[in-house]
Amino acid sequence: MRWLRRAAIVVLFRPLARIFTGADIIGRQRLPLKGPAILVANHASHVDTLLLLTIYPSKALDRVRPAAAADYFLKGALMSWFSRRILNIVPVARDRVAAGDDVLAPARAALAAGDILLVFPEGTRGDGEELAKLKNGVSRLVAAFPDAPVIPIWLQGAARVLPKGAAVPVPMNCTVLVGEPVPWAGDRAEFMEALRAALENLHALAPPQRWA
Amino acid sequence: MTAISRFLADQPPALLWGLVGVLGALTLAVAVTALLPRLRPGKDYTNLRQRISSWWVMIALLAAALLAGWVAVTALFAVISFIALREFLSLAHMRPEDRLIVLAAYLTIPVSYGFIAADIYGFYLVFMPVYVFMFLPFAMACIGQTRNYLPTAATFHWGLMTCVYNLGFAAMLMRAPASEALPAGPAGALFLLLAATSANDVAQYVWGKLLGRHKIMPTVSPNKTWEGFRGGWATTAALIWGLGPVFTPLQGVGLATLALALPLAGFAGDVTISAVKRDIGVKDTSALIPGHGGILDRTDSLLFTAPLYFHLLAYFGLEHF
Repeated sequence: MRWLRRAAIVVLFRPLARIFTGADIIGRQRLPLKGPAILVANHASHVDTLLLLTIYPSKALDRVRPAAAADYFLKGALMSWFSRRILNIVPVARDRVAAGDDVLAPARAALAAGDILLVFPEGTRGDGEELAKLKNGVSRLVAAFPDAPVIPIWLQGAARVLPKGAAVPVPMNCTVLVGEPVPWAGDRAEFMEALRAALENLHALAPPQRWA
Repeated sequence: MTAISRFLADQPPALLWGLVGVLGALTLAVAVTALLPRLRPGKDYTNLRQRISSWWVMIALLAAALLAGWVAVTALFAVISFIALREFLSLAHMRPEDRLIVLAAYLTIPVSYGFIAADIYGFYLVFMPVYVFMFLPFAMACIGQTRNYLPTAATFHWGLMTCVYNLGFAAMLMRAPASEALPAGPAGALFLLLAATSANDVAQYVWGKLLGRHKIMPTVSPNKTWEGFRGGWATTAALIWGLGPVFTPLQGVGLATLALALPLAGFAGDVTISAVKRDIGVKDTSALIPGHGGILDRTDSLLFTAPLYFHLLAYFGLEHF
């Protein structure tokens, strides 16, 4: 089924991303082409995942897998099929955290298999203006895979194309800014601070593609 | 092969020679960039090389459309208008409530270019400046947000007039019927508009680099100089005076007016978009064209030269418009 995913991304999503977002990218050469690696991005729209998949170099595309909420993306037969076959998500059962389940087990398995994991540490879609509080699951993944590079990515403008709750996408230019890897020094709280700072730095560099 | 040679034989010879000339100029530019690192080593010529590579792509697209005829030209310019408007509306000060108005603004593009395709010049002339001018602010009122209402309505209209209405005149030129006295056909006339506008940009840049000393608009465009402006004006005016009779029906006063006015319009478009970018706080409007920036960075002068060229041709030499 790999060919179906590749075909969907290359033939369908890439032209759509061009039309609806312009798909500008700064720092494309910093995208890792080999796993295990972790991409950490801000989250404001369903456009985010599709945009990141479309700007990824074709040769590494099969390896890129978005971590996504199981309660949302595996709901219903069609959504579930699309999430598994086309997006190839790594499910995170965020509703099972309270029950004490190891919800990051599938993500660790993916990294162990050499995948490039895309994580939105805000945990949900924000308004696209400010970065929300980051959940520290990423730091637990890095602690388990200290050699996996963590690449911060700022997605500017996607919330204007398709904000949370909207049904009609509107073409607006977006910019993807890829940063330098955030180094892991062994301390989880310190790492999350550095990750947040890296994302905010990219945010500051982004063109003013935002509402007035 | 016979199909290709027959196709080329049907094209106005002046247009083909014009395209050959452009390819020659571009090849010369490639040769110069290959020599520059040897003549003046130590400088970074990546941007210059990127610029020229992008020119190949842009010229290939435009040349293919010119040879294919008015349908292709209209479609190409509709796409250019869309990308330009998207760049503009994405950077301009828009309110969150305007999201669906932005969508409505895009929908004026197929209507506006539809009038070109249907060859209804009168409707084209009034659609954007009169009816969209009234409708979009009304739609904004219906949405109900009055904070910054007037500046936003004006911003929408400015973007639509420049990116869609003004650029559309380039495609409208292609609807001149065969009965017109166009020596190289409508495609030849459009070719001269594109060639003269680009030549003006390049000439201003080159004269500015060679002789530029006195800044002309330091707060808007600090790299522009009086020397570049005057040199570009004289070079482009001479080019139009020489090539005008080959590609347009103009002569005498009409041609002289075009030769003197077009370089001014190109300069005006360039610095006007610079002022817009400075207000917004960006250097480039996007990263679509490597070495150049966005579509608006590339078409800035054309936004102003296209209507002027069209109107001077219509007044001095065309019956249809």
